[in-house]
Amino acid sequence: MASMRDIKRRRSSIQGTQQITKAMKLVSTVKLQRARAAAEKSQYYFDSMYRTVGSILSRVGHIEHRYLTPGDSERKAVVVITSNRGLAGGYNSNVVKLITRNDALKKEDLDVYAIGNKGREVFARHGYTIREDLPDIIEDPLYSEVNELTARLLKSYENGEVGEIYLAYTFFKNTVSQEPRLLKLLPVEPLDQDGDGFVDSVMNFEPEDVEAIDMIIPKYISSLIYGGLKEAIASENGARMQAMDNATSNAEEMIDKLSLQYNRARQGSITQELTEIIAGSEAIG
Amino acid sequence: MAEKEIELRIITPERVFYEGEAEMVEFNTTEGEIGVYPGHIPLTVIVKPGILRIHEKDGERIAALHSGFAEILPDKISILAEVIEWPDEIDEKRAEEALQRAKERLKNKYENLDVARAETALQRAMARINVIK
Repeated sequence: MASMRDIKRRRSSIQGTQQITKAMKLVSTVKLQRARAAAEKSQYYFDSMYRTVGSILSRVGHIEHRYLTPGDSERKAVVVITSNRGLAGGYNSNVVKLITRNDALKKEDLDVYAIGNKGREVFARHGYTIREDLPDIIEDPLYSEVNELTARLLKSYENGEVGEIYLAYTFFKNTVSQEPRLLKLLPVEPLDQDGDGFVDSVMNFEPEDVEAIDMIIPKYISSLIYGGLKEAIASENGARMQAMDNATSNAEEMIDKLSLQYNRARQGSITQELTEIIAGSEAIG
Repeated sequence: MAEKEIELRIITPERVFYEGEAEMVEFNTTEGEIGVYPGHIPLTVIVKPGILRIHEKDGERIAALHSGFAEILPDKISILAEVIEWPDEIDEKRAEEALQRAKERLKNKYENLDVARAETALQRAMARINVIK
């Protein structure tokens, strides 16, 4: 049986850890609320963007446009949104798994645009090509930064370096459930047009269709990446909140167990002392 | 009244910038300036930097609209704006400086100058300054 002192030391160390996880949980709860509000606010923009692009694509039909047909290159670019900090449960590894476990995305044919340090570390370790390392965007996403990234992606696509562009991020379903998603950015696939809200064939364009696509698609991609960032930030904090909540209750359990052990040890030592005293007095008497 | 007013919604990635009814809306597009009354044919246009004028029933509101695109329907306009500012959000001094910088660049024509970018910067700065004045 461990000594009372050992148990006590162990218990206070776990208590210290529990305080940290508790504080981290509180911090991520607050951050989550903020991130969620931001994600909801921007939702409006993306819905409208999605609808408008949908109405444009449904109108132009099957025209030959470089943004609508796959490029020649075998290479693919993927923008991966992970966090800069760990301790968020499976958040980062789930996003990474989307890519490493996907047979259609081969390691040698992939250009990784890593947003967030955690994802980059894993991909670098596995020998993926890290085309760009952008840890700062996730801290405070600015639309202008996303625009610049989109411009670089489109340039790489237009130069024929990559034939397809993907986005991997975590979709924020609700506080307890986040879902990693892989989204194809380019070529733009014809959207599912079953839903209502699509303006049918009466829409006119100034300038003409093809030119309009040239100008709107980059904005569309920027908005998807930006929206993905907002979702990812909310998801990160949601995942961390949950992980820290679990850690806190695990610590609680361990503390309870150790307290019990400690009390038993104390009881044991008291009993032992008493027996010794009584035995001693009996020997004398 | 319903026939005389058009629903206007201006959305940016960060917020809903404006939501309301207007009698007429004016702004600048790649094809030139455009004024939209209720009952306009469905049209999608690309925004160019310029002044956005919202003619409301009792007065006019203006804003500097820099980029994005607009979807016009007979009873509704949705402007998806990447950058848009009310006059009181504009830093006049910064806009003046940006204007000078852009003019300088276009005048000197450095090697590998991104002319399109400099021109956009110039238009933006001018839009900002015009909105304040």
